[in-house]
Amino acid sequence: MSRNQAAESNLLALNQQKELEDLPKDYPLSTSEDEGDNDGERKHQKLLESISSLNRKDRQKLAERSEASLKVSEFSVSSEGSGEKLVLSDLLEPVKTSSSLAAVKKQLNRVKSKKTVELPLHREEIERIHREVAFNKSSQILSKWDPVVLKNRQAEQLVFPLSKPQSAFAPIEHVVSGWKAGTPLEQEIFDLLHKNKQPVTEPLLTPVEKASLKAMSLEEVKMRRAELQRARALQSYYEARARREKRIKSKKYHRILKKGKAKQALKDFEKLQKVNPGAALEELEKLDKARMMERMSLKHQNSGKWAKSKAIMAKYDLEAHQAIQEQLARNKVLTHKVQAASESEEDDLEARQAMQEQLARNKELMQKVQAASESEEEEEVQEEEEEPLVPDMVNGVQIKANGLNPWMFRNHFIDAEEAEVQKDLESVEEPEAQETSESEEERAVVEEETLLKEFEERRSLRQKSELNHMAEPVHRQVTKDPSSQEVLSELRALSQKLITENHQSGKQELSSARTAQREEPAREEEEPMLLQRPKRAQTLDELEELGREGCVENKELPRTAVEGLQLEKNLSNHIGTPKEKKRKEQMIDLQNLLTTKSSSVKSLAVPTTVQELEDEEERDQRQMIKVAFAGDDAIRDFLKEKREAVEASKPKDLDLTLPGWGKWGGMGLKPSAKKRRRFLIKAPEGPPRKDKNLPNVIISEKRNIHAAAHQVQVLSHPFTHHHQFERTIQTPIGSTWNTQRAFQKLTMSKVVTKPGHIIKPIKAEDVGYRSSSRSDLSVVQRNPKRLSIRHKKLLENNCVD
Amino acid sequence: MKVKMLSRNPDHYVRETKLDLQRVPRNYDPTLHPFEVPREYIRALNATKLERVKIWNLTKRKCIRTIQAHEGFVRGICTRFCGTSFFTVGDDKTVKQWKMDGPSCGEEEEPLHTILGKTVYTGIDHHWREAVFATCGQQVDIWDEQRTSPICSMTWGFDSISSVKFNPIETFLLGSCASDRNIVLYDMRQATPLKKVILDMRTNTICWNPMEAFIFTAANEDYNLYTFDMRALDTPVMVHMDHVSAVLDVDYSPTGREFVSASFDKSIRIFPVDKSRSREVYHTKRMQHVICVKWTADSKYIMCGSDEMNIRLWKANASEKLGVLTSRERAATDYNQKLKEKFQHHPHIKRISRHRHLPKSIYSQIQEQRIMKEARRRKELNRIKHSKPGSVQMVSEKKKHVVAVVK
Repeated sequence: MSRNQAAESNLLALNQQKELEDLPKDYPLSTSEDEGDNDGERKHQKLLESISSLNRKDRQKLAERSEASLKVSEFSVSSEGSGEKLVLSDLLEPVKTSSSLAAVKKQLNRVKSKKTVELPLHREEIERIHREVAFNKSSQILSKWDPVVLKNRQAEQLVFPLSKPQSAFAPIEHVVSGWKAGTPLEQEIFDLLHKNKQPVTEPLLTPVEKASLKAMSLEEVKMRRAELQRARALQSYYEARARREKRIKSKKYHRILKKGKAKQALKDFEKLQKVNPGAALEELEKLDKARMMERMSLKHQNSGKWAKSKAIMAKYDLEAHQAIQEQLARNKVLTHKVQAASESEEDDLEARQAMQEQLARNKELMQKVQAASESEEEEEVQEEEEEPLVPDMVNGVQIKANGLNPWMFRNHFIDAEEAEVQKDLESVEEPEAQETSESEEERAVVEEETLLKEFEERRSLRQKSELNHMAEPVHRQVTKDPSSQEVLSELRALSQKLITENHQSGKQELSSARTAQREEPAREEEEPMLLQRPKRAQTLDELEELGREGCVENKELPRTAVEGLQLEKNLSNHIGTPKEKKRKEQMIDLQNLLTTKSSSVKSLAVPTTVQELEDEEERDQRQMIKVAFAGDDAIRDFLKEKREAVEASKPKDLDLTLPGWGKWGGMGLKPSAKKRRRFLIKAPEGPPRKDKNLPNVIISEKRNIHAAAHQVQVLSHPFTHHHQFERTIQTPIGSTWNTQRAFQKLTMSKVVTKPGHIIKPIKAEDVGYRSSSRSDLSVVQRNPKRLSIRHKKLLENNCVD
Repeated sequence: MKVKMLSRNPDHYVRETKLDLQRVPRNYDPTLHPFEVPREYIRALNATKLERVKIWNLTKRKCIRTIQAHEGFVRGICTRFCGTSFFTVGDDKTVKQWKMDGPSCGEEEEPLHTILGKTVYTGIDHHWREAVFATCGQQVDIWDEQRTSPICSMTWGFDSISSVKFNPIETFLLGSCASDRNIVLYDMRQATPLKKVILDMRTNTICWNPMEAFIFTAANEDYNLYTFDMRALDTPVMVHMDHVSAVLDVDYSPTGREFVSASFDKSIRIFPVDKSRSREVYHTKRMQHVICVKWTADSKYIMCGSDEMNIRLWKANASEKLGVLTSRERAATDYNQKLKEKFQHHPHIKRISRHRHLPKSIYSQIQEQRIMKEARRRKELNRIKHSKPGSVQMVSEKKKHVVAVVK
């Protein structure tokens, strides 16, 4: 604004110089300085003067002031006319002399000591500083968003809208109040609800309940509450006790409990009989009814599922047996007619007889069970023993009469007896009964041995025949075509044969061909590996020795194993396996030795040459290099390489033979040549190599131009090494190769949006920042000082308009 | 004799109800599923080809309401944050507020408020949370909705300001672009401009990123868009080049990951924020110079208005299926998307995914631009080559277009 005005005045000055007559509005500018005068005359004078001055050249001269110039007035100072500037010290001179102005002097001194105030900055500068400060402030505010932005950029998945809309919980009364019953049914329901004043929401007490609650006095309420509390506590104690008791596993405890209950019932009944015979009769009737029910139902018979299973188990399990017995007894008790004790002794007798019979049967069963625990085969014997056991049963009854638990007693009692009986009746056919006396044991051992021998003989015979089967083909094969065998396979075959011969030793068949075979491959192998010959021979010798040892052992074995072939078999097993291992180890050693030896030879050769070089120092560097690389035959290496490349690039034949398909297969069995020929698919001859006629060139034909079109040629931005890129490509993400969970995780889309859901700009509250409490509007309204003067003027103009 | 048989437990393969999915036992042994990479590559290839199917859908195409709002052009329009009313500014120096809902029958169409101003307003934008709006013309004015005079007005130099935009996150910040090639940032609270950046050519409009408070994108006359971090204005974060004529409007997707630009070259393009090349270009035969463009709030559609007086609705993602997707469909699309991403560097896939049909004018212009750019680059290289080493420096594309930053 100010700049604008300045520019305007400049322009005006220029105009004044040129065409002043046309611009009457210039006057106020020149007259502006003596606005203070309001004298009309003087104004007029001025006007005239200015008009006359228009013609003069020096109209730019300072306008004259009206005050007297050479005098010092009370109010203003002027140095006009004196030709020199007015200096402050001149003015202050009188102060020094006069003592009355001491205060002024002091003030002046103070002013002198202070520095002069600097000029205020230019407005533009100020604004710039303001701007910079404001910018720094706002960029600081923005910087708090950095972590959020970074997190969102790197997030694996962003689900928009970021802030989930909180489902508004409208209180039910609001919903109800806002809703009007439309249909007649709804109307009816509403009527019902309103009639009963059923509260729709909490508290879930009807007005009636509330009223009743109010009606009770405080003490009453307290008492009632205490009562209720007590009742609740008691109930909980009782429940706890019942639970605890229920959890007791002890059968004895339960039995006692039951018995006690029964006793109690009986006592009660007797008491009742005395006190109230009618009630007792009723009780009796009840019992009768129960009996009838029991007779009707098959509850305690042995026809139930449980009973059946127990009956089966009873053979082997004492407890099951007992359980069955108990059940039957209960049945008896339940179905037994309750009678007065005086009625009949016959019945009692009968009953007792029946009991005895039953008990006898039970005894049988018990014994069976016992026998079963020993062995199944004894059953017949047990049956035979039935008769002698009858008296025992009688004993048992007697014992029962004594009042002891017959079953418990019987167990101990009979065990001992049975053992005695069994001792007598021990049969020869069942030697496993080892709980018998020592004298029998000896016999049993002998028998055992004989039996075992028999078994072993049979087994060994079987094995022999098998081994013969096994060995024969091997043998045949070896003899047929020994030259085609490789070293290792040959050795393996040898070792196998050795093992087989261990078993065949009984027949004493030591073929001379075997030794011949052993020598033949050795001779063959001499040719390709001349250097290694002595070592090899040694090892072979060792092998032969080993073989011989085996033979010796085999020869010895039949002698030692006259008593039983089993021993021999065990021996052969024990001896055979470590031998094999040993041999294998030796073979490995052999190879190791070979390699190490060859290397050592090389290493030996180098120092000798070096020594020679040291001796003949006059030979130059080139010669040395030549000697150093004497071993490298570049041309031969190249040719070899080319040959290898050609071989590698040749299409391979496809062998589809399946060993064992249509013929027996197995160790050492090879599919026949005919089969092999039939299933061998010969690869078609490929196109001629490009370097066929170029002996010094290898042209690689690995590159497939058809595939190259699909291959990535340049590594793209985020990757720094091709390995990284390959790794990302090689991990499949499809569901074919990944589990469902992994597939979902791998194919998670980065941004998820839902159609129709408005995504609002991120807010500070969403990411846990505190948003500014004051609104922008209030802040702006609080500092209106920033409106520049010009804007204020503009605003005023606006308002006026 | 014991006969060995193969037997299977029916529980493992029989469905309980016929609505159950068939249980398919899977073996993930990699040896049983060989050639993972080639198979996935083929799938990726098919997925990229699938993208070419375009289904366009438009909602009801009916004009509900026409308002004679101003005498002369309507220069700017913006809605209130709540969506109940909108503001317009026109050549008749007025700011008017209108109800969003039409007048009930018998009622006359009248603005809620009218403010008479001194100067012509060229643009308007509403605050994102409060009853405040900003207009621009000769200066940037901040208005309270309840008052007829601006509560604050800010200026820096003398120029006509073409557009003003509020920051959606830090809502007291504003950005404006003036016709003297600069972009000015303002702070409403402190009632002062903050900084000014002068570019090569005029910026038509800017748009703030709704997810990243300090990022904004400027649509420039020099065919490019510039994404700036407002704290460091001397170098744009990214220069987006693909248009072949002035860019007239830009709008961010609500997700803040992409933005759409409307250009004078009769096309609209979608750019990822962090890529300098566009992901998609939309054009039709009849669409002329596109004046304005907007991304819908659910980020699924784009709307554009063009010179031939049509508004068009586009899908933001052309190959996306509209409507409800079954979970299997979604899994398949996700998988396809991931495959495309995985194999994006393979030449065939890159070629197919980048291929777009373009009108001849744009196509030839692109070729022309390419030649020009290459020539410029060659010249620059030659200049470096033939001058004293170190005296001429290669200027990066990002720095090239920024003339100055004024504090």
